[in-house]
Amino acid sequence: MKELTFYLKKYKKESILAPLFKMIEAIFELFVPLVISGIIDTGIPNSDKGYLLKMGGVLFALAAVGLASSVTAQYFAAKAAIGSAADMRNDLFRHINSFSYTEIDSFGTSTLITRLTNDVNQVQTGINMVLRLFLRSPFIVFGAMIMAFTINVKAALVFTAAIPLLFAVVFGIMFLSIPVYKKIQSKLDKITLLTRENLSGVRVIRAFNREEKEKQEFGETTDELQKLQIFVGRISALLNPVTYVILNLAIAALIWKGAISVNSGVLTQGAVVALVNYMSQILVELIKLSNLIVTINKASAGFKRIRSVMIVSTKMEFPEKSAEKKDSDCAVEFDNVSFCYERSKEPSLENISFRIRKGMTVGVIGATGSGKSTLVNLIPRFYDCTGGEVKLFGNGVKSYSKDDLNALTAVVPQKSVLFKGTLKDNIRWGKEDAADSEIMEAAKIAQCDDIIKVKGGLDFEIEQDGRNLSGGQKQRIAIARAIVKSAEILILDDSMSALDFATDARLRKAIKENTQNTTVFIVSQRASTVKNADIIIVLDDGRLAGIGTDEELFRSCEEYREICLSQLSGEEAEKNG
Amino acid sequence: MDKKATLIRIFKYIRKYSLLVVISILLAALSVALTLYAPILSGRAIDCIISKDNVDFQNLAKIIISFIAVIAATSVSQWIMNACNNRITYRVVKDIRVKAFERLQSTDVSFADSHPHGDIVSRIVNDADQFSDGLLIGFTQFFTSILTIFGTLGFMFSINYKVTIAVICVTPLSLFAASFIAKKTYDMFGRQSAKRGNLTALTNEMITNQKIVKAFGYEANAAGRFEKINSSLAKYSLKATFFSSLVNPTTRFVNSLVYACVAIFGGIAVINGANAGGITVGQLVCLLSYANQYTKPFNEISGVVTELQNALACAARFFELIDEKEQISDKNNKEIGAVSGNVRIEDVSFSYDKSKELIKNFSADVKEGQHVAIVGPTGCGKSTVINLLMRFYDTDSGCIKIDGNDIKTVTRNSLRKNYGMVLQETWLKTGTVKENIAFGKPDATDEEIIAAAKLTHAHSFIKKLPDAYDTVIGEETGNLSQGQKQLLCITRVMLSLPPVLILDEATSSIDTKTELRIQKTFDRMMRGRTSFIVAHRLSTIKSADIILVMHDGRIVEQGTHAELLKKGGFYSEIYNSQFAGE
Repeated sequence: MKELTFYLKKYKKESILAPLFKMIEAIFELFVPLVISGIIDTGIPNSDKGYLLKMGGVLFALAAVGLASSVTAQYFAAKAAIGSAADMRNDLFRHINSFSYTEIDSFGTSTLITRLTNDVNQVQTGINMVLRLFLRSPFIVFGAMIMAFTINVKAALVFTAAIPLLFAVVFGIMFLSIPVYKKIQSKLDKITLLTRENLSGVRVIRAFNREEKEKQEFGETTDELQKLQIFVGRISALLNPVTYVILNLAIAALIWKGAISVNSGVLTQGAVVALVNYMSQILVELIKLSNLIVTINKASAGFKRIRSVMIVSTKMEFPEKSAEKKDSDCAVEFDNVSFCYERSKEPSLENISFRIRKGMTVGVIGATGSGKSTLVNLIPRFYDCTGGEVKLFGNGVKSYSKDDLNALTAVVPQKSVLFKGTLKDNIRWGKEDAADSEIMEAAKIAQCDDIIKVKGGLDFEIEQDGRNLSGGQKQRIAIARAIVKSAEILILDDSMSALDFATDARLRKAIKENTQNTTVFIVSQRASTVKNADIIIVLDDGRLAGIGTDEELFRSCEEYREICLSQLSGEEAEKNG
Repeated sequence: MDKKATLIRIFKYIRKYSLLVVISILLAALSVALTLYAPILSGRAIDCIISKDNVDFQNLAKIIISFIAVIAATSVSQWIMNACNNRITYRVVKDIRVKAFERLQSTDVSFADSHPHGDIVSRIVNDADQFSDGLLIGFTQFFTSILTIFGTLGFMFSINYKVTIAVICVTPLSLFAASFIAKKTYDMFGRQSAKRGNLTALTNEMITNQKIVKAFGYEANAAGRFEKINSSLAKYSLKATFFSSLVNPTTRFVNSLVYACVAIFGGIAVINGANAGGITVGQLVCLLSYANQYTKPFNEISGVVTELQNALACAARFFELIDEKEQISDKNNKEIGAVSGNVRIEDVSFSYDKSKELIKNFSADVKEGQHVAIVGPTGCGKSTVINLLMRFYDTDSGCIKIDGNDIKTVTRNSLRKNYGMVLQETWLKTGTVKENIAFGKPDATDEEIIAAAKLTHAHSFIKKLPDAYDTVIGEETGNLSQGQKQLLCITRVMLSLPPVLILDEATSSIDTKTELRIQKTFDRMMRGRTSFIVAHRLSTIKSADIILVMHDGRIVEQGTHAELLKKGGFYSEIYNSQFAGE
């Protein structure tokens, strides 16, 4: 994992120059009170208007130089922050891309998205603010104190009392309120939850006449939230008045002490004014500093979350080049395969063995949770099996390079996902350079050529998540996307559920006719979908309950018969069996 | 809604707290006046300190004491003012949040169906929050800032008008610089957020569907597209951030100019001394400290204006929610008690989208205790019938009668009490198992709850949960299997077991054993009760008294199994395709 400094290293110049120029700006600001005290002590008593003009010129020059260095600093800070955040975002995206299904499962996609968006932005803001302020603010606070000491040690002692006190108040209030803000956040989360629940459960809530109860609960939650907010508001509302009091008491003390020193001739009137001015400069910077700390907190929390993603590297490694290909008649072989999902105690597949010849159509059936999807997910190596071995064409899946393995298998996932873009773009995911004729051919097999026609051709724009298509349309296009790949192994993972029975049947027929050398796996809950397959694999709770043709299984496999009977009425199944 | 109307509505909500508002405004005026008076006192104090052996201690002591008194009064009034503002803001936000939520409970169900939930949640949570921030800042800063500007100028005038005029002359420069930067920044921020939107959309799409990306080896393409958008985002971000970061140095610079002017003209005024228009050193110091703070309120006002605009926009979105049409009131409708379960559907027409006709002239007569099976391919709109029966949606024409009562003439609550509904999408509320089972009957005793759970075979798995009936479950907690959730939903209905049932037979995502249990429970519940079943099992369908066949959202056929088979229509096609040979 790369540290934050790694990203800043590329912007070394900027990261050094930004705070440096900020410091230069601060130095010039610290000169201002000296100029004023010069005006009071030298210009005015001598009635020297020329001196006044000269000093006015100096003030102007200080301001101009300050502006120039500040602008330079802001530019460098922004460049370093945004540049390194952009690099970080790219790295993170690539890193997430390298994850296998196991890592994706363990993080969950929504967390990964937050990392890529919010968290990186937080870090960006953090870097920017730190580069701008972390030298400037302390520099002014302590610079002002040092300047005070050069004017008069005794009077400057007021500073040594006031600064820690102000520090204590500013940071004390900040640290007191942070835990309350956390509580507020959790109340807000509750409000989010309640609202979301009431939208998703609108039917149930109304069916059970729970509207009043829900209102009451929401009212109570907002009430608690409001009380917390007012409470924390009361604490943070102390910040301004209290610091104001401390600062001005310090000024009063400075004036009084100054008066004594002036009376005894140690100090001048101008020097007293300068001391008062230095005191005023401190407060603003202290408040900036406390805000900076909040920002740093957020940024470092964000960076920690990013890191937690970056330090996980995928356990799945692919060889650079595929091993020498043994020619085998057996397309897919499971040799005593077991699989257990990470963090799950129960294995999802146990001791599965079978061999599938090239060109066969394989049906996979079983109840939900019996391991059907898991089984087919092991073929393209989305997961590595935890026991035994999966072989494709006589070679272990682990011996294939990533690209070769990808070219060998085509998958239609359970949830048919399409992407924003044209129909053509979407189908071309399967084959980047597919010609229109190839696409149309695949579409015909997938029974979606009519969809393409109805939608006005391949350039039809699909909206995000395929919102402008129905479930059945999406499934068929997802199937076309896999077919256009013309891979040797085609896997349909329960991907015909939204099709009516007739289309389902036509589709299976077309696949069979057009892809004779392709080995096809069809996962389904419907007995009717798999019954015509060359061979059927029946899974029950992760175990192989039976393998064979429909006829064989109906006779010999209890589980298979049960499934058929539950879906068809007894006599029909009998008649059919 | 235009800004003015929004503003007026906000004021309506605030009016409830007008006493607090008045106090807040008075205290704001007081604290501004006192804040501006303090430099005058410190200036006078400086005037007491002239030079060696020339310090007026007596006077100085008096001034310092009144200085401290002023400081104390300022901070107290500031604190009370802040407390008032907090109170107003958070109460107003709470009021409108509750109002919006209550509206959610009384809108048509179609509202929840047709609006993205994320959007509504973001209004109730984020928009309300932003609105409260804006309101608070508006209260605390807007008024004080304006008072401060005029107060400062007034006090300065009272000390020396020439210097003040010099200051006023520099003011437009500050405004000009601020507006120039604001315009530039706004533009760049617009572009930045557009790019950021693109990037987020791409991220959402690619990461949510990461598994597909991997399955098709699309990683490199995805990264390429990401990097392209990312780099143009960086370009705009750099400009936006840089321009916006110019605001502070620039106003500081303008402030320094004001400061320099005051130093020069003020210094000259001091030298002029006793002549007309002359000032003392202390007054000069006072003017300088005014000058030091001079641009601050300008800055704040421009910040406040953006905040307020943002808050207004949020409030407008929020009010949209509150203004959402309420369902037709049923206040004057009659309450019905327990019905015997005769449901007559008379010539009903209905469609979601009025341009697309869906159900037309549909009639059915369901007698007490009869079973109606609703069949058809997935996604054919079987839920429409449920929507109409439960009156989640109103029919466009025709009517539905339950025991002879048109359901539009009875209260929704009393109608729905007569229905027990189990949907396939298992919705549970975040809370304990017990609370969920007693969802429709909050006063149920533990014994009743356990008895119901035993009847539905849910008791055995509930017992095994970490805290048994007190285990907290919810939509997002994944500690229950789909089948177990389904059993809980059934138990929820079992607890009160109303006369009419609406059941959704589970197809997928349930293991065979649980499915059998559910089926048995359904059979038991349905005995002697009028039931509408979204059916998948042939045995259920065949034994039904009436079968409604749906396709593409329409009811295409109705009748018994035998009648429909004989007819040879869509139903027989579905039925036969189960056995379609190739």
